[in-house]
Amino acid sequence: MANTVLDTPATEGSLVGKAIKEALFTGVMTLGLFLLYIGFRTDQDISNTPIVYGRPGLLAIFVAIAAVGRFLMVVFVQPLLKARKEAKAAAVVQDREATFFKKHILKFALVALIFYPPVIVSLYGFQGSLKFVDNFGIQILIYVMLAWGLNIVVGLAGLLDLGYVAFYAVGAYSYALLSSYYGLSFWVLLPISGILAAFWGMILGFPVLRLRGDYLAIVTLAFGEIIRLVLINWTDVTKGTFGVSSIPKATLFGIPFDASPNGFAKMFGLPMSSAYYKIFLFYLILVLCLITAYVTIRLRRMPVGRAWEALREDEIACRSLGINTVTTKLTAFSIGAMFGGFAGSFFAARQGFVSPESFVFMESAVILAIVVLGGMGSLTGIAVAAIVMTGGTELLREMEFLKHFFGPDFTPELYRMLLFGLAMVVVMILKPRGFVGSREPSAFLREKKAVSGSFTKEGHG
Amino acid sequence: MSETLLKVEGVETYYGNIRALGGVDVEVKKGEIVSLIGANGAGKSTLMMTICGAPQARSGSIIFDGTDITRMPTHLIARMRIAQSPEGRRIFGRMTVLENLQMGAGLDNLKYFKEDVERIFEMFPRLKERQSQRGGTLSGGEQQMLSIGRALMARPKLLLLDEPSLGLAPLIVKGIFEAIKKLNQEEGLTVFLVEQNAFAALKLSDRAYVMVNGKVTMTGSGRELLANPEVRAAYLEGGHH
Ligand SMILES: Nc1ncnc2c1ncn2[C@@H]1O[C@H](COP(=O)(O)OP(=O)(O)OP(=O)(O)O)[C@@H](O)[C@H]1O
Ligand SMILES: [Mg+2]
Repeated sequence: MANTVLDTPATEGSLVGKAIKEALFTGVMTLGLFLLYIGFRTDQDISNTPIVYGRPGLLAIFVAIAAVGRFLMVVFVQPLLKARKEAKAAAVVQDREATFFKKHILKFALVALIFYPPVIVSLYGFQGSLKFVDNFGIQILIYVMLAWGLNIVVGLAGLLDLGYVAFYAVGAYSYALLSSYYGLSFWVLLPISGILAAFWGMILGFPVLRLRGDYLAIVTLAFGEIIRLVLINWTDVTKGTFGVSSIPKATLFGIPFDASPNGFAKMFGLPMSSAYYKIFLFYLILVLCLITAYVTIRLRRMPVGRAWEALREDEIACRSLGINTVTTKLTAFSIGAMFGGFAGSFFAARQGFVSPESFVFMESAVILAIVVLGGMGSLTGIAVAAIVMTGGTELLREMEFLKHFFGPDFTPELYRMLLFGLAMVVVMILKPRGFVGSREPSAFLREKKAVSGSFTKEGHG
Repeated sequence: MSETLLKVEGVETYYGNIRALGGVDVEVKKGEIVSLIGANGAGKSTLMMTICGAPQARSGSIIFDGTDITRMPTHLIARMRIAQSPEGRRIFGRMTVLENLQMGAGLDNLKYFKEDVERIFEMFPRLKERQSQRGGTLSGGEQQMLSIGRALMARPKLLLLDEPSLGLAPLIVKGIFEAIKKLNQEEGLTVFLVEQNAFAALKLSDRAYVMVNGKVTMTGSGRELLANPEVRAAYLEGGHH
């Protein structure tokens, strides 16, 4: 559009004038674009004749949002971006002395997570805490774990995997089926699910050894679908689309979370509540996440981790340095898959019910989006992205008040993909390498120095 | 004469149906510097890569240190201590200089990492200054130094260099050639190098091969080839296009 005008320094007055002009223009464009889509709605009556009715109110809302958005963009956001860019250009490359808070931010975050359930319970009571611990706590942490697992494959080894949800499914069904057929407990099946998923990771790894980039992505996509279709069609074992229900819960060192005399509540003389199980699950997934992070950090410093990162850049160079690229790829696939499997069996224990519907391609896409948004390879960035994305989705569910604007049929959570898309566009404009684009080097002689991504052009973003 | 380290016999390499090497015989003895010169597209880089097993030779044999490596996978060949600074450098762009060097030292599990890095930094002080810079942002010449340094980190028995002088200022080229000579004389490192800079390469080398269209057409000591009128005409006097 008229963005070229930006190059000339605008005074405050002319800026507002320009903004109004652009806002009007945007409004007219929006009106033209949405007149037929939003402005009218067609339906059928009982005799199958189409009836058309107008929706001027909704159309007006769309136009207003676009116009106001453009106005704000021109008056506030663009000058801000420009100032940021200039500030960045002006700043000499300097070692930023990290503040105390910044240095220890991860420790703070961990402490906050540990105290999250008790604080919520003391604020809202056991019953009221359910929503916060479950929807905002467990749900987010599951995605953190999945994204960290996928990060090993995509972020570190650079193997684009669009079928990651398959391993999540393998883990979930491993627990669901083995516990209902053989009565094995969660703690036995958690490692087994991980191992089975890792095994399937290898199965996927073998045929794609020679593939890279687009071709690899397509095969992994197909793999994810195959697993899902098998789950749907192997009805004798998996019960198809009905799914597996009444999956046993996890226990705390053998203490079940139920109303039985030796259940958790009776044992500690507490009133019965489902919140205990949720809080227990919260800490369980927190521990699983921490294990994932710890393993990832350790692996990065080990030969196999270095090999992953090198593999991502140049396969031939890797081989000529004595790296076995076959095992390197297979370990990336299987270790990534293993964490997906852990998360899957946790998911099954939490839901008590699994069906193929939970493992659609969209899930893979969401997990991948979180990894990319976070900045491939960065654990912190990915955690932030998972909180924003998953938390954002959950928040949408809470936005009942939007019904006042958009009518009673409006279901905000259906717009989560819109939110995702929007967030991706915004993040990619502001931070093209994700929330945390800098990569921590793993080799030092003397002092540590982060190598910022912002000074470099190359890369595969 | 000392014993043979690398023996290439009747090697033929194909890219699909195109024959890039048509029966090449090359021998490199322990402690020698041997160079390979030839026009663009003669097959020099192909020979270097074939020694490393990527691509593999279709026929003929490659014996290294008494072991037949013709059909060995590349990573195992590398573990026999053949290190290459390949054409196009192939350094890891997102990794720092130090990490690149670390990748080179992977064979010994970083046992000699510290001392070897110091040695490389002594040879290329520029790399020391830039040790925490990303490989991809180095200048072309710095990348070349890094590529050679990374190969040396593997403590190779045989060092393959594909056009080490490419893109470097004459003074740096001189430095690199001196460094190669020094490694050769002081540590007995065996070097097989490809060079467009035929004059410098022939002066440096004990022996040399001339390659034309995938075949070795001439061989002799560096001094002999320098004096050879055919070589002079093709690669020395007329060589500066
Ligand atoms: N990957 C490939 N696929 C097909 N043909 C190739 C491939 N690599 C090289 N060739 C061909 O093989 C021949 C030899 O190439 P090579 O790279 O070995 O030449 P070179 O002697 O190193 O030349 P230069 O001095 O230009 O580096 C050339 O004709 C080239 O086009
Ligand atoms: Mg070449």
